[in-house]
Amino acid sequence: MTKGQAAEGKANGWRIRLINPVLDKEFRLRMRSPRAMWTLFFYLFALGLMSLSAIYLTQELAGRGGSFRPEESRYLFYFLSLAQLGLIAFMAPGLTAGVISGEREKQTLNLLLTTQQSSATIVLSKLVSSLSFMVLIVVSTLPIYSMMFLYGGVSPNQLALVFLYDLFMMFVLGSFGVLFSTLLRRTMVSVIVTYGVTLFMFAGTAILFMVLIGIVEQAYQGQSISYTWVGHVLAWNPAVGMYSIMDPSVNDVVFSVNRWTGGPANGPLIPLWAESMIIYGCLSLLALWIAVRNLRPRHRA
Amino acid sequence: MTIPITGTESEETVQGEVPMIEIRGLARTFGSIQALKGIDLTIGKGTVFGFVGPNGAGKSTTMSILATLLLPSAGYAKVGGYDVTKHPQEVRKLIGYMPDFFGVYDHFKTVEYLHFYGASYGISKKDRDALIPGLLELVNLSDKADAYVDTLSRGMKQRLCLARCLVHDPELLILDEPASGLDPRARIEMREILKELKSMGKTIIISSHILPELAEMVDEIGVIEQGRIAAVGNVADIQSRLRVNRFLHVRLAGREDEAERFLRDRPCVDRVHREDNGLQIGFGGGDDEQADLLHALVEAGYRVISFSEAQTNLEDVFLEITRGGGSA
Repeated sequence: MTKGQAAEGKANGWRIRLINPVLDKEFRLRMRSPRAMWTLFFYLFALGLMSLSAIYLTQELAGRGGSFRPEESRYLFYFLSLAQLGLIAFMAPGLTAGVISGEREKQTLNLLLTTQQSSATIVLSKLVSSLSFMVLIVVSTLPIYSMMFLYGGVSPNQLALVFLYDLFMMFVLGSFGVLFSTLLRRTMVSVIVTYGVTLFMFAGTAILFMVLIGIVEQAYQGQSISYTWVGHVLAWNPAVGMYSIMDPSVNDVVFSVNRWTGGPANGPLIPLWAESMIIYGCLSLLALWIAVRNLRPRHRA
Repeated sequence: MTIPITGTESEETVQGEVPMIEIRGLARTFGSIQALKGIDLTIGKGTVFGFVGPNGAGKSTTMSILATLLLPSAGYAKVGGYDVTKHPQEVRKLIGYMPDFFGVYDHFKTVEYLHFYGASYGISKKDRDALIPGLLELVNLSDKADAYVDTLSRGMKQRLCLARCLVHDPELLILDEPASGLDPRARIEMREILKELKSMGKTIIISSHILPELAEMVDEIGVIEQGRIAAVGNVADIQSRLRVNRFLHVRLAGREDEAERFLRDRPCVDRVHREDNGLQIGFGGGDDEQADLLHALVEAGYRVISFSEAQTNLEDVFLEITRGGGSA
């Protein structure tokens, strides 16, 4: 065997270990469909349009030829990151909530279930392939982000953390999508339920926080409190989690009651984004475990 | 092959002949509906077993349980000695399952489709490369190797699905209505492939609505009705348990209604029913009685165009069994 053949054999060995048949099939079929190209196009178009509009408005409000203001470009970064998170929240359920129920509806699932592939392999491969496509989309938005860098005001660490958080939320929403896709027979129902959960995560938790903080403020009748448990409700909100990466001062603000002036803050032990990652990390793993357990009929010993 | 005795936790093993399928007291309920009401069935290795019965009788439910896709509510089913609920992974190695309805992936080529399922059964790329051309040849799809599967005709998809069942060389094929929705030519092609598989020594359990086409290739049939096995055995055995031992076909030049009533009153005639081109008679007598019947018809003034013994087929047997509510 030549050196070249040995290297090729080694590469194939890695490929077999890393890419199982289900993942290979998912990659192949997804990228062969024109839908993949159009999804990518519209995502970049939407995000690009939003970013250019934001840049234009910022410049317009500041007056043309205005001086270099990193403070303002920081807000552009905030806007772009939150817009990206919003688009991910919109895409992830759509891409994952039909992965199992879609196979069931196409009558291909039973054929797959009688093969030697384990339930975990099938469920995780479906999730990984959907996430890989979303990673491709997010990575393809880097040139749009780079426009923000022209204006400065953002640290590379912040950017890295924001991207990490984006990837994490994809995993979370993807896991929920896969769970509902496994438990519910119809894709339409699964998509609706997954969007419902996503809406609750983004809007429901914010409303709940506002209601609870209103009650707490009433209870303390103007007294300034530097820590209330109500702030933890916002750890369930991905948008606030993301914002806490970009503006860490929010960690103190959401835990305070009637505290308008300075003074020592007594915020949470860990930042909101970290708390959010712990909560949703556990929930995602639980969702995947339930999905794997319910893919095939189970024998109760 | 070494097979663990299921149902015990020990590492005990048995050598030698184990029935390919062993079903005891198998029951399955869906909510308030009892799809299977405790069926017993044993199918030996290398047997081609025709599973017949009306829609909703429980054929597909039984096959789904054997394919590890459904759990029984009571009883057990073993494939090659492995309990389908306790050792599903072992059972999956032994079976090739073709459901009554199935879909194919869009944007997948025929050869890629087989590679995907081959890889899903853990077959190496090298082995698949050697195996797949032969499979495509077996199912007459060699010229469609690079065609996208969603562009194939229904008959071609059925044959491709059969090739998919065979990709891991299973000992048992579970074929649920493999010829449903096929045109006559495609049915004949499917039948020829099944004959080929039979000659390869595969155990095949096959359900079909096109019973006459099964008759010449099945070794045994099982008739299932309302979740119960109504009769099981080889076609000749079952037939001998019926009152009818041959079917006669008569064509008359007119007066068929009258002749139907006349024939019903003759000795050895069990039943008479009208067909498009004559009368079908379930007859319990021998050659002499058959000759007497023809004589009686002619004597009574009926103008007989033809009077012949019809080829007995599974459909007749099935109709005969189910007509009496499974009393056979």
